[in-house]
Amino acid sequence: MTHVSKALLVLAVLGLAACNNPDRYGAGGAGAGGAGGAGGAGGINSSGLGDASDPASVAYFNQTLGDRVFFAVDQSNLSDQARATLAGQAQWLNTNRDYAIIIEGHADEQGTREYNLALGARRASAVQNYLISQGVTASRMRTVSYGKERPIEVCSTEDCYSRNRRAVTVLSMGAGA
Amino acid sequence: MTRLRYLTPAIAFSLALFGGVTFAQLAQAEPLRIELNNPVIEPMPFAVPDFVAENGGGEDYAAKISRVIAADLAGTGLFAEIPAAAHIARVTSFDAPVSYPDWKAINAQALITGAVQASGDQIVVKFRLFDVFSGQQMGEGLQFAGTAQSWRRMAHKVADAAYARITGEGGYFDSRVVFVSESGPKNQRAKRLGVMDYDGANVAYLTDSASIVLAPRFSPSGDRILFTSYTSGFPQIYLMDVGSLQTRSLEEQPGTMTFAPRFAPDGRTVVFSLERGGNTDIYTVDTQSGTLSQLTDAPSIETAPSYSPDGSKIVFESDRSGTQQLYVMSAGGGEPRRISNGAGRYGTPVWSPRGDYIAFTKQNEGRFHIGVMLTDGSEEKLLTASFLDEGPTWAPNGRVIMFTREQAGEGGQPALYSVDISGRNLRQISTETPASDPAWSPLLP
Repeated sequence: MTHVSKALLVLAVLGLAACNNPDRYGAGGAGAGGAGGAGGAGGINSSGLGDASDPASVAYFNQTLGDRVFFAVDQSNLSDQARATLAGQAQWLNTNRDYAIIIEGHADEQGTREYNLALGARRASAVQNYLISQGVTASRMRTVSYGKERPIEVCSTEDCYSRNRRAVTVLSMGAGA
Repeated sequence: MTRLRYLTPAIAFSLALFGGVTFAQLAQAEPLRIELNNPVIEPMPFAVPDFVAENGGGEDYAAKISRVIAADLAGTGLFAEIPAAAHIARVTSFDAPVSYPDWKAINAQALITGAVQASGDQIVVKFRLFDVFSGQQMGEGLQFAGTAQSWRRMAHKVADAAYARITGEGGYFDSRVVFVSESGPKNQRAKRLGVMDYDGANVAYLTDSASIVLAPRFSPSGDRILFTSYTSGFPQIYLMDVGSLQTRSLEEQPGTMTFAPRFAPDGRTVVFSLERGGNTDIYTVDTQSGTLSQLTDAPSIETAPSYSPDGSKIVFESDRSGTQQLYVMSAGGGEPRRISNGAGRYGTPVWSPRGDYIAFTKQNEGRFHIGVMLTDGSEEKLLTASFLDEGPTWAPNGRVIMFTREQAGEGGQPALYSVDISGRNLRQISTETPASDPAWSPLLP
């Protein structure tokens, strides 16, 4: 499915803060405005990605099973392909119980900022509900919407839009329930 | 024969936040008129000769002030400046009689003269507006006194007064705009809050770009800003004091996301969207007591709420019909009434400060538009069209709209634009960096 470069994977995992700060896109830390917030709970939890040939590795989850599913324009319902991907994720998560999960919802740029935030939340929630239906414990999961703020593809055609309308299951170690 | 006078402490007031400008006003007079509702407006020729420096300190500001005034007026598209090179008369004394024939000869219909004195940190600016063809002064002279660093504000106040006298509408030049300053590639944009004069000058940054920040909004008095930030890792709304930059989270509940905040006219209540379990509804929170109220309860997306200026109603967007459309409900909640009925999708409604129009973003056939409609949804008019226009904000006089326009593709960057509600005078606002999500302040006192 999607092939994410190794460099990007390393970045993604290094960016994972422990449990309650999923913002792997920000530079971390509070803004100059000092907008306090919940960020305090600890440093960066780095762990090896492992090898994609090792079924217990994060790399296997991300690459072999697929860490993301895609959506139609304005939609948050799961396609058959998405359900298959998520069933694989659920099975893995039920085996590898040490990981906490952040589900990120994203939208393409063809929408207003506020609507896309709400739409990304719907998509993340659809994934969360499906994983719950497959036996993944709800308390291991949180959702976050990035709306149209973090596209992975930057062109302005449907080819890119279709890959930006996504929900990504992001793992972090040791923060399970 | 000056009828100007210096301020008495009793009528002087200052605004510590923005540097402090005070003014004194005498009576009012008559026409020289631009009717903003006319379908076609021929720009009115005007002249602003360099202000007279009445002391040595004034020389630093005299020419600069007249340039800002000219830029304000010409920037509306309603006025056309006659350049100094074409002037016949020379204004060397503020109180000398105006040589009307010299200004008539170059067809200057409006003439603004002024003078500046500066000493230490203080500056005094005075001006008069003349109706050249009727050979008389228009309204009384005005005088502004304040700190030297607020000289641009004084120029804006002169331009606001001239604009108001000639159009009969309120001015909007002495105002600020809070916005999101952007940098970096499209898939990794860094964003921080900035605030600037309406024309892009005097930029200050209010946050760093460690976390994504979105959609700042001024309080009705301009002293506080609401915005959405990912500081905690999740989108949450924050309230910042503009003077101290002190910031606090407004409504943080684990497992929820809050966004799209906007003040009620009372300056105390904040309306916003709260998402829980994938569903987004509209709530209010009292910024003093923290009391939360839920205004909508539907499985659809309800967001982008905006109060009517009297505080009695809220316009918002919802996709309950299947696509984004605009609805109006009572400020306390209750059954909303759909007001948008054309083809396409409608979002980000904003009630005009005059109460007469609602501005919105419209998507139709792959294009984005900024438009306005009456508050019952009738008389819809689209003002712009592009790959991506969104997020209108009203000038304090309710006659001009600023918004974000972003170009397509990998190199696409956002920029701020403004347009009259007639659809005239589309212009880009000059900003240091790519910029988005503008929100206009009220007119400064």
